[in-house]
Order: sequence, then C-alpha cells, then structure tokens
Amino acid sequence: MTRPTFTFDDLKEILREGAGADPETLAETTLDATFGDLGFESLALLETLGRIERQYDLALDDAAFTGATTPRALIALVNEQLNGAAA
Amino acid sequence: MTARRVVITGIGVLAPGGIGTKDFWSLLSEGRTATQAITLFDPAPFRSRVAAQAAFDPEEHGLGPQEVRRMDRAAQFAVVTARQALTDSGLDRSEHPPHRIGVTLGSAVGASMTLDQEYRVVSDGGRLEHVSHAYAPRHLYNAFVPSSFAAETAWAVAAEGPTTVVSTGCTSGIDAVGHAVELIRDGSADVMVAGATDAPISPITLACFDAIKATTPRNDDPAHASRPFDGTRNGFVLGEGAALFVLEELQAARRRGAHIYAEIAGYAQRCNAFHMTGLRPDGAEMATAIDAALAEARTHPSDIDYVSAHGSGTKQNDRHETAALKKSLGDHAYRVPVSSIKSMVGHSLGAIGSIEIAACALAMENHVVPPTANLHTPDPECDLDYVPLTARDWRTDTVLTVGSGFGGFQSAMVLTRPGRNAA
Amino acid sequence: MSPATVVTGIGITAPNGLGARHYWDATRTGRSAIAPATRFDPTGYPAQLAGEITDFTAEDHLPGPLLAQTDRVTRLALLAADWALADAGITPSTLDAYAMGVVTASSSGGFEFGQNELRALWSKGSRHVSAYQAFAWFYAVNTGQISIRHGMKGPSGVVVSDQAGGLDALAQARRHIRKGTPLVLSGGLDASLCPWGWVAQLASERLSTSRDPHRAYLPFDAAAHGHVPGEGGALLLLEDADAARDRGAHVYGEIAGYGATFDPAPTSGRPPTLRRAIELALDDARTAPADIDVVFADAAALPELDRIETRALTDVFGAHAVPVTAPKTMIGRLNSGAAPLDVAAALLALRDGLIPPTVNVTPDPSHPIDLVTEARPAALRTALVLARGHGGFNSALVVRAADPGRHDAPADPREGRT
Repeated sequence: MTRPTFTFDDLKEILREGAGADPETLAETTLDATFGDLGFESLALLETLGRIERQYDLALDDAAFTGATTPRALIALVNEQLNGAAA
Repeated sequence: MTARRVVITGIGVLAPGGIGTKDFWSLLSEGRTATQAITLFDPAPFRSRVAAQAAFDPEEHGLGPQEVRRMDRAAQFAVVTARQALTDSGLDRSEHPPHRIGVTLGSAVGASMTLDQEYRVVSDGGRLEHVSHAYAPRHLYNAFVPSSFAAETAWAVAAEGPTTVVSTGCTSGIDAVGHAVELIRDGSADVMVAGATDAPISPITLACFDAIKATTPRNDDPAHASRPFDGTRNGFVLGEGAALFVLEELQAARRRGAHIYAEIAGYAQRCNAFHMTGLRPDGAEMATAIDAALAEARTHPSDIDYVSAHGSGTKQNDRHETAALKKSLGDHAYRVPVSSIKSMVGHSLGAIGSIEIAACALAMENHVVPPTANLHTPDPECDLDYVPLTARDWRTDTVLTVGSGFGGFQSAMVLTRPGRNAA
Repeated sequence: MSPATVVTGIGITAPNGLGARHYWDATRTGRSAIAPATRFDPTGYPAQLAGEITDFTAEDHLPGPLLAQTDRVTRLALLAADWALADAGITPSTLDAYAMGVVTASSSGGFEFGQNELRALWSKGSRHVSAYQAFAWFYAVNTGQISIRHGMKGPSGVVVSDQAGGLDALAQARRHIRKGTPLVLSGGLDASLCPWGWVAQLASERLSTSRDPHRAYLPFDAAAHGHVPGEGGALLLLEDADAARDRGAHVYGEIAGYGATFDPAPTSGRPPTLRRAIELALDDARTAPADIDVVFADAAALPELDRIETRALTDVFGAHAVPVTAPKTMIGRLNSGAAPLDVAAALLALRDGLIPPTVNVTPDPSHPIDLVTEARPAALRTALVLARGHGGFNSALVVRAADPGRHDAPADPREGRT
C-alpha cells in the first residue's frame, strides 16, 4: 500500500473548499508566507485543520498546529504525522 | 419628566447545581462546582466531554406531559423560571392588565437540542437528504422559530404586551433584560418578565465547539474543568439553564411594598465589528459598553463594588476582558473584586448573562461576592482580584456585569441599590 | 421631544426582484415569483410551491472567505446591507464606528447551513461538523456579519418573533436612534427553502398544498387555505431625521409609529390583540385612523387568521374604509423578511402614489375590506404595515411620507440606483 503524502496542491484544494481561498493566489512563492499574511484568519485555519484531520484520519495536536504558521510548515507537519501513523 | 426607573422584584433561576434562588446561592457562596461528565447523551466521540448539566425533571416543576412534548428543554426552563419569578415577586396580577405586561426572552441557540434530535429522526440517521415530513412532529415549527419560547413564557404568565426573543449570541441574557428595561422606561409596558434560557448540551453544539477548540478537553477532571483566569485553563465548559426576572417601575414596586432586589440603572451594548468568534486583545469595545452603562447609571467607576465577569475560561476572553476592565475602571480595576461564576455553573451561552444578573442581585442581597472556583495558578496576564476559591463578605451596593459573545457582541449592565439615592 | 426616525436607504432581496428598483417594478405591476421550488426537489412533499430568489449569484457579490462561512440568508443580508448603505449614500468607513448600529430580525437563522452540518454529524460523525457551524446557523449571524463587514460598532440587536420580528427590529432600531445613535441599519431576512426547512414549515400545517401558482396563496379569498413560503427580505437605513437633513440625504419617509402585542393563550377564551397593536401604533404616530391611506396586511391566508385581521381593521377603520393590500401574494411569506419588505413597498408606494396589488385574490365578500387587487393610483401620505408571528405575535408600524418642506426630498433621485 502506498503511503499517502500531503502536497501543496492538496492543501490548496482544502483551503479552497474550507476557507474560500482562490488557488490562483497560492503560488509556490507563498509557501513561506504566514497564513495571516495570506489572509487566512483563525477560523479558516481551524476549518482547514478539521478537514485535513478528517481526510487523512489524523489527530493533529493543538500545539503543533499553532506552531505551523506557514503552508510549508503545515505540509511538513501533516506529512510527519502521516509517516508516523504509517510506521 | 423624570425617567422611569426599573427594578428587579422577582427572580427565577434554574442553574446546574441549583434550581431556585436558595440552592443556586448556596452553590455559589460555597464555591462548589456543578461541572461533570456529560450524561444527557453518550459523549464518547467528542473532544470535550464535560458540561454543567441541570438536574431538571420538568414534571416535578409543574409542567404537564403535553407541555413537555411540545417544548424544547430551553423553553421548559423558561416557563419554570418565569413562574418562579412571578411567585417570588408577589405581584398581584389583578392590578396589572395583561396588555401592560410583556416578555423579553434571551436565547442564543434556540431549540438546538430539539432540532438535533428531530433531524436525526426525519433524516433517518442522516441517510435521507430529502428528510421525511411523515416523521416530523407538529411541534417542529416551535423549534424552527424559537420565538415559541417567548410565546410559551407569555402564556405562562398571561402577558399580552410586547413579547419577543432577543438572540444576540452569548450576550442575549444581558441584552434581553436591557431590552425589557427600555420597554418599561419608554412606557411600552409596566411589568416585564425578562431573562434568558438555553439548553445547548447536544451533539451538534458539542461538535461545533470541538471544531473551533473553544471547549475544554479536560475530561479527566470534570469538577475542576472550568478554570477562568487560571493559567492552566484551556477552554470553556458548556452549561445550560435559565434565569428570568420580574421587572417593574420603581415607584409602582414601592407602592405595593414589593421586595426590591436591585435597580437596573445602566445598560449598554456594542459590537466589536472585528470577528465572528475572535476578540481584539485591547478590549476596547467592551470598555466602551462599560463606559456607556456607567454613564447611564450615573455611576463613577470607583463606585463599583463587584464585577461579575464574562470569564468564560478561554485565554482569549480572559485577557480581553481584563484589558477592558482596566481601560474602563482605571486603578479601581485592581481594587474591585471580579469573579466568574462560570467556574461553577459553566457557560450556558445565551442564558448565562441572566444567570449572572441573578447572581449579582443575590450578591447584593447577601453582601457576599461569589468566588472564581478552580483558580489556583493565576495567569500572569490576568492580574486583577478574581476572588479565588472562596466567597468573600463584601459590601456590595453597586455591581457591574459584562458579557461577550460570538458575532462580536459586548454588553455591560450596572445594578444598584435604589435606596442609595432615593428618588 | 425625541428626534424623528427616517428611512434614507433601501436594500431589497426579494423573489420577484433583486434590488429595490427591480422589486418595485415587479411589485407595482403585479409580477409574481411563485413557482415550483427548484432549490431542492419538492416532489415528495405535500407543498411544492415557493417564492424563490432565482437570480442571485453570491459569488458575484461576496469574497470566497465570506462565502465559506455563510448561509444563504447571510449572503442575501450582506447584499441587502450593501445596497441600503449605497442607496443612502453612506460610506461607513468615513463615519464614527460607534455612531452606527445594526438590528436585524431572524426567524430560523442560517437553517440550510445547519441542515448540512446536522447531516454531516448524523451521517458521518461529529468530526465532520464545520468550524463555521459555531455561528453560521444562529440567529445573530446577520447582525454580526454586517457589523463586521462595515465596521459598525454602535448599539445593535437581534430579535426573533417570527413574522412580526421584522417590525420589532425596526422599532428597536428606532429606540437606538432616539437614545442617540444617529444611524442604524435594520430589517430582516429569512431563507430556509431547503428540505429540512420545508419539513419544519410543513409541520405548522399552514402551507398551501396547491400546485397552481395562481391559486396557492389567497388571503381574504373564500378559497384561502394556507400560504406559500418565500425567501429574502429587506434592510433599511434608518437615521435620525435631523442628521439626515443635515447631510442632505434623500428621505423616503418616517418610521412614525409602532405597537406590539401578544395574543392570549388559545385556551384562555380571551380575544386576540391585533386591534390593540394597531391602535398603539396609531397613537404612537399621533395619527387618527382616518389619516391612514393604505394598509399592508399580514395576510395569513388561513380563514380564521384572515377573519381576525379583517375584524381588527374594521374595528379600527370601519368597513371598506381604507385600501388594504398584500403584495406578498406575489412572493409568499418571508418570515422575518416579509414586514421590512412591506415597509419598503409602502415607502415606494407613498413616493409614487401607487398602491401595489394583491394578486390572484378574489375578495371574499364576507371580508368587509377594500382589498386592492389591481394597482391603484392614490394620493398617499401615511401607511400602516401589519405583521403577525406564529403563536400570537402582533406588530404594527406606521410610515409617513417625508415632509418635502422639512427634508427637501427630491421627487425620485434614486431611480436607477441599487
């Protein structure tokens, strides 16, 4: 069985569905911008978190999530958990 | 023309751990908590599994089987506390024509419990998108539009004056009373039965608060789960209940020799226009509401003897509120006792504002301020006197109560002892 | 004396017209929007007709992040708010935030949003419930979202009294203005045309089961047998009359009087109280019955409720003494949205000297009222709007034409706006 990985495209799709983001505005160059600077407020991020947890059957702990302030950090966090869960 | 002054002459309260003013005040003055593991349904799938439940048997409180069938639990709370308040007031109904009596009932989430239960049935456990009308009970319309709560209450007290539900989220309990005060002041009614009710301990409500991580996951220690202003707090504990009041014009109350608990001397409501669930850390809008309520009550900040805090037990709220109190009360903020009864009775959303008004009236009655339970490790950013753990004997003539709710609502109310500056 | 409260802006989202101009064009010419429901498949239900807004594309008006967190009713409310402000020429960002309030009425909140989350909960589990469910469905959501969008921090509010709530909101807004808040956006909307909302409304046993759009909602008709539910409503920009005059605003009219009562319990044997609500509103407006030029009726279209309304009107005004109309026969009953929309229609009727018609109805001679079934030109200065809510809520509101001498109101400077 292939281990699932969480990509920037996956995140963009979730941000589109859950936070009403325009995927066009999320270029590779925004990977290291903070979610706040990208215009996502706390609720949009909580909704995003919930959707990731459901789709990937994860339970991200609060502290880790709070620390993942950029798309790159969040993607890394999710993949870390996915790998951990698979191990 | 002198403005009509409005006083509380009757209190009905139904809170977790205390139904009726006597048991309610015992709980608060003894600093006991009513938070527990949820038993109203199986909370196993949820992140937060604690709540403050009311030990409520509707038939024991005089509701008939048909009333129980057609009313949501929150409406039942309202009717029971309306009757308590009316009895407590000693109002002689024959002296007040029905059209001069109105009802203002606060509720944040209406009949969410009934909606949750009935949706499950008509959708056959979520399977049917086109839910089945054949399985819908006739009283479903009463849950669809929660003005039915005000209707039931008006029927219970035979009111035919202005009647409505006020639903401003978690400030509903203050705003409903404030609205009723306005109606007496402007002559729309002579007596108002006003207050708020909510019964939100249901799967859908737990689920949405789980999703925004607003409620505490402290499931292993339910009795100590609600920890406003404590450094270890991590969310609020859901509660339920109601408090309703009989409000009258001061002179009329005096003429009939009514017992007067307190005057509602000032009230104000503002919006933060910021965020549906978020609060600006500086507390500016709540401070503006407090300032306006004090001005209406012609009360100086240093006259405030006690502050009943919103104190929900979220980090965001506790800091926001502490900042607002400092902004409005200045140095006096450090001297005045501030406590949150949500530490004991949980956060019953729209109802809690009225339950806290009841607590304020009883604090004035007894010259005792209730404590903030479970406050062992103060949050260094919350540096006021939050009356930790034990109630305090304290001369309490002028009280401020504040509330803050989703939608950005910020409300403040000032209660005074009317004898202090008799008209 | 308290300052007068005037209407300086109108924002409408109605089944027969999006925007005040389209709504009024349709309403004065009797264009109905009642048709088989399309937002869900109604064929399994006994009632199948609705007054739907079919030309609203939320994406054209609101940004993605707001769409993600809002029910249909809130999207409509945000649009109506934008239009009411624009119509009044108000730019909130240039004004004192605390000098602007929002008071809305809601009957069933964001019910479709709630439906979808209940479905997620019971079909998939609690983890599938959206974070936005914490507020997107509740009754306060429109006031909250409007205040946030426009930075309005002043005294606000939310009332729930079923159909009567739309007038109760305007009355509360007027109270705020009298206490010193110069500007309040107020009115109401509902939009619960979804399977769950449909079943909840069917439970009232007040919906018409007719399949004929022309025979489904017939108040004051011998064939009255219930109503058709609709969606939408109106928000009005209310201002302190002096402040409006000082800024040279166009004034549609004054909110001159209001009264509210509640009916006794059905088992009490006591009479209904609608008449008293009307009398309170007239007294409040310092208006004699003879000064009322037109009545916008609640028009429940149930024989008993129609009789009660006719009785109240004839008791106050006399038989056939005042024109009565119910343009909601074109769009259905909109719960909290109905009465603010009628207030808007009344103001436009005063402006144009035209009473919009009650369509489809053949007046039952047992109702001794002058029911206007064809648009009727008339000199109009004062109108009465009635609204009743399920369970016994009665509200009445008097609107009066702007006094051109006092407000310098141009005849119709807004045509083409909104």
